[in-house]
Amino acid sequence: MPAQMYFVLVLLPLFASMVGGLGHRIIGEKAAMAVTTGSVLISAMLALFGLVNIAVLGHEPVDATLYSWISTGDFSVNFGVYVDKLTSLMLVLVTVVSAMVHIYSIGYMHEDPSKPRFFSYLSLFTFMMLALVTAPNLLQLFLGWEGVGLASYLLIGFWHHKESANAASLKAFVVNRVADMGLIVAMLIGFAAFGSIAFGDMFASANAVAGQSIDFLGMNVPVLEIFGLLLLFGAMGKSAQIGLHTWLPDAMEGPTPVSALIHAATMVTAGVFLLARMSPVLELTEVALTTIAWVGALTAIFAATIGLTQRDIKRVIAYSTCSQLGYMFFACGVSAYSAAMFHLFTHGFFKALLFLAAGSVIHGLHHEQDLFKMGGVKRLLPITYGLMWIGSLALAGIPPFAGFFSKDFILESAVMSGTETGYALYIIGTLAALLTAFYSFRVVFLAFHGKFEGPKEVYDHAHESPLVMTGPMLVLAVGAIITGFLGLSMTHTEWWDGAIVILEEIHPGVHEAHHTPWYLKYLPLVVAVAGIVAAWFVYVKKRGMAERIAKGFDSLYAISFNKWYFDELYDFIVVRQVKRLGRFFWQKGDVGTIDRFGPDGAAWVTRKFSAAIRPLQTGYIYHYAFVLILGMLALMTWLMI
Amino acid sequence: MFADLIFYVFAAILLFSGMGVVVARNPIFSVLFLILSFFTCAGLFVLLGAEFLGLLLVLVYVGAIAVMFLFVLMTIDIDFAMLKEGTASYLPVGLLVGGLMVTELVLAAKAGVFSGEMVQQAMPVPGDVQNIVAIGQVLFTDYLAPFQLAGLILLTAMIGAITLTFRRREGVRRQNINKQVLTRREDAVEMKKVKPGQGLV
Amino acid sequence: METIGLSHYLILAAALFSIGVMGIFLNRKNIILVLMCIELMLLAVNINLVAFSSFAGDLAGQIFSFFILTVAAAEISIGLAIVTVLFRNRGSIEIEDSNLMKG
Repeated sequence: MPAQMYFVLVLLPLFASMVGGLGHRIIGEKAAMAVTTGSVLISAMLALFGLVNIAVLGHEPVDATLYSWISTGDFSVNFGVYVDKLTSLMLVLVTVVSAMVHIYSIGYMHEDPSKPRFFSYLSLFTFMMLALVTAPNLLQLFLGWEGVGLASYLLIGFWHHKESANAASLKAFVVNRVADMGLIVAMLIGFAAFGSIAFGDMFASANAVAGQSIDFLGMNVPVLEIFGLLLLFGAMGKSAQIGLHTWLPDAMEGPTPVSALIHAATMVTAGVFLLARMSPVLELTEVALTTIAWVGALTAIFAATIGLTQRDIKRVIAYSTCSQLGYMFFACGVSAYSAAMFHLFTHGFFKALLFLAAGSVIHGLHHEQDLFKMGGVKRLLPITYGLMWIGSLALAGIPPFAGFFSKDFILESAVMSGTETGYALYIIGTLAALLTAFYSFRVVFLAFHGKFEGPKEVYDHAHESPLVMTGPMLVLAVGAIITGFLGLSMTHTEWWDGAIVILEEIHPGVHEAHHTPWYLKYLPLVVAVAGIVAAWFVYVKKRGMAERIAKGFDSLYAISFNKWYFDELYDFIVVRQVKRLGRFFWQKGDVGTIDRFGPDGAAWVTRKFSAAIRPLQTGYIYHYAFVLILGMLALMTWLMI
Repeated sequence: MFADLIFYVFAAILLFSGMGVVVARNPIFSVLFLILSFFTCAGLFVLLGAEFLGLLLVLVYVGAIAVMFLFVLMTIDIDFAMLKEGTASYLPVGLLVGGLMVTELVLAAKAGVFSGEMVQQAMPVPGDVQNIVAIGQVLFTDYLAPFQLAGLILLTAMIGAITLTFRRREGVRRQNINKQVLTRREDAVEMKKVKPGQGLV
Repeated sequence: METIGLSHYLILAAALFSIGVMGIFLNRKNIILVLMCIELMLLAVNINLVAFSSFAGDLAGQIFSFFILTVAAAEISIGLAIVTVLFRNRGSIEIEDSNLMKG
C-alpha cells in the first residue's frame, strides 16, 4: 500500500473531526455523525488492507515523510508515517475498535444534545492515536501521546455538568502529565545519547550506545538503563500502572463508549506499544527490564484484588484493564514483547466488547451502574448477556477465546525465561488469572443472575439495546474469538520482521515458550476455571455468602474496597502539600510580593505621580504656548553654551 | 551704497510695523501693520534677488491672507479693546523672553558661523537666468513631488475650512436634482377636460 | 559702515522673530492676534531662508520658503475657520474661555 494511503488513513479522522466539530451547525447533526463515523470506517478498511499487505503479502515496511516538522542544527524531526507489522497491527486495532465505538455511540448517545461534539472528540482521539502509532520518531509519538491525553480529558469530562466528571478529567490529565515528564526527559536523553530521535537512527546506533553512561541528577549512570526507566515512567502513566493508575477508574465518569475506546482498547495500551516499539533499545538493558517486569506484575495482582470488591460495573472492568495492562508490562519485562503485543491486540477486542456490553446493560437499566442494584435480567437482555459471556470468557482465559492464547503465552514466556524473576512472575500472574476469572464472572452473575435488586420500574423498562449498538458488539465478539487463532503466528519472533527485537541468547523466554511443560501450560486454565466456579458458587449457588466472607475478612475487604487507600495516600502526600504550596505562592508570592510591588505598585506610583502633576495641565492654550517658547529658549541657550 | 541704505530703511519699517502688529490697540490696525510688514519684507526679498518670492508674498499674503484676517475681524462683533486688558502684566516676562531670544539670535548671527565660506552649493543658481525661471526649473523637476503634496495640503485646508464653517440653514429652498430627475409626468401634469363655456375651477 | 551681509539679515530676522514671540506673550487673550504673530514669526523664518539662499547661491532656500508660504496659508485658513466657529458657538474668541484642552 503506498504511503499516501497511510497519510489518508491517519489524517481522515482529523479532517472528519474538524468538519463534524466545527461545521455541524452548517451540515447538521446527522451529517456530522455520518462524516466522523464514515471516515473512521474508511480508515479501518485501509488499515485492514495495510495489514494484509504487510503481514500476508509480505510487503516492505513503509517509511514516508509528510513534511519536515522541525529542523534546527543537528536536530531534525519529520512528520510522517512508519508502518511495520507492529504499527500495522495497532492501526487495525485502533481503527476497528474506534469504528465500532463510533457506530455504537450513535445508539448509546442518541438522547444527548451535543452529539457532534462527542463524535468530533472521538475522531480527534482516533487521529491522535493513529499519529502516535505511526510515528517515525519519538517527538511525533509524543505529539500523539499528548493528543490522546487531551482527547481523553475532553471525553472524560464530556458531561461537564457533572462535577465528578470534571474532577475525573482533571485528575486524568494531571496524573498523565506527571508521567509525561518521564517521556520528555527520556526524549532529551535519547537525543543526547543517540543524536537523533528517529526510531531508525536510534535502533541502528543502539549497540554502539549500549556501553556509554551519562550524568543524570548528579549520578553517573548507564545511559540506556536510565533511558529505559524514564520510558517506563512515561508508559506507566498512560497505561495506568501501579502508582499512576489512580486516574483510570475515575475516568469511568465519561460515557461508556469512551471507556471502551480509550480506557480499554487503545490509549492505555500506548505505554505497552511504546515499550514494544523501543524493544531494540530495551533489550540492551537489564535493570530497566526487571523494573518493568515487577511494575507490571505488581499492577496485575494489585488491580485484580481491587476488582474483587468494587460495586460499579465499569470500575470492575476498569481495574481488570489495569490488571491486564500489568500482564502486558511484565511480558515486556521478560522480553516477551511479542506476547505483550499479542495480548494487547486480543485484549483490545474483548475488553472493548466487555465495556460496550456493560454500556448496553447500563443503557438498558436507565443508567444504573451499581452491580448490587442489578440482577436477573438475562432474559431481558439476551444478546448483551451472551456477549458478556464471550467477553468474560476471553478475559478469564478460557479456550477457544482469544484471551486464553495471549495470556498463556505471556505466562509461558515468563516461566520459561529461566530466571527467578520469571518464576515469581509466573506465580503472580497465575494468581492474578484466578482473581481475574473470579471477578469477571462476579460481574456476569451479579448483573444477570439472581433476582433484580433495583427499583421495580427500572426492571419493567429494562430493554435490549438496538441493532446499532449490538451490531458493533457482535463484530467485536467475533474479534474476541478469532484473534486468538489469527494471532498465533505472532508468537514466533521471526514473524515480526525486525519490528520487535529479542536477544534470544539472553532472554530465551519467548523462544522456549513453545516447549513449556504441560503442567505449567495448563495451570492458568485450571485456576481460571476454578475462579469461574468459585464465582458461580459464591454469587449464584449461595447468594449472601459473599457478604459473610467480606465480614470475615473485613480489614482485607476494606483495603480492597478502598483501593488500597491510594487516593487517600496521594491526597495526603501530594495533593494537600501542593495545595498548601500553591496557596503560599498565591497569597504570599503573587498577591503579597509580585502584585504589591509589580503591577499594583506601579499603578499606585503612576496614580500618585499623575495626581501630583495633573495641575500642570491647565487647558489654556497660551500656557502651552508659553511652555513651548520657554522650552525653545532653553534649548537655544543650551546650544549656544 | 544705495542698496545698503534701502536695506536699513526697509529693516526699520519692518521692525516698526512688526511692533505695530503687537501693540496696536485696534486689531484692524494690527492687520494693516501686518500688511505693511509684508510689503517691506517683499522689498527685502527683491533686494536679495528673490523677485518671485517677493511678488508671491505680496500677492498671497497681502492679497489673500491679510484680507482674510480683515474679513474675519470685521464679521466678528467683539469689543477688542477689552481683549487688550492685562497686557501690561505680561509685559515684563514678554520683554525678558523677547530680549533673551533676540540677544541669543544676534549672538549666533554674529558668531561668524554663517559668514565664512558657505557650505558647498547643492543647487547653484544659474548666473544668466532670471530668478523665476530658475525656481521653475528646480520646482517642477527636483521638487515635483513636494510641490504636488503642497497642493494637497492646500486642498485639505480648503476642505477643512469649508467643513468647519459650513452651516445648513433651514427654510432655504435648494435644488434637489435627484427629485427633479425622478419626477414623472403624472406627478406634474393633470389632464382636465374643459367643456366649452366653462372655466377650470 | 560695513557693507550689508548675511548677518544683517539674520539679525533683522531674529528681531522680527522675537517681536512675534513677544506678541504671543502680550496678546494672549486675542486668538486672531496670536495668529498674526505667528505670521510674523514665519515671515522672519522666510527672511532667513531667502537670505541664506541668496548668499549661498543656492535655490533650495527659496523653494523651502515657498513651501512655508503654502503651509502658512493653509494654517491661517484653518485657524480663522476655527475662530469663526468658536465665535459662532461661544460668542467669544477669548483664549481663556477655551480651556477644555485638559485631561
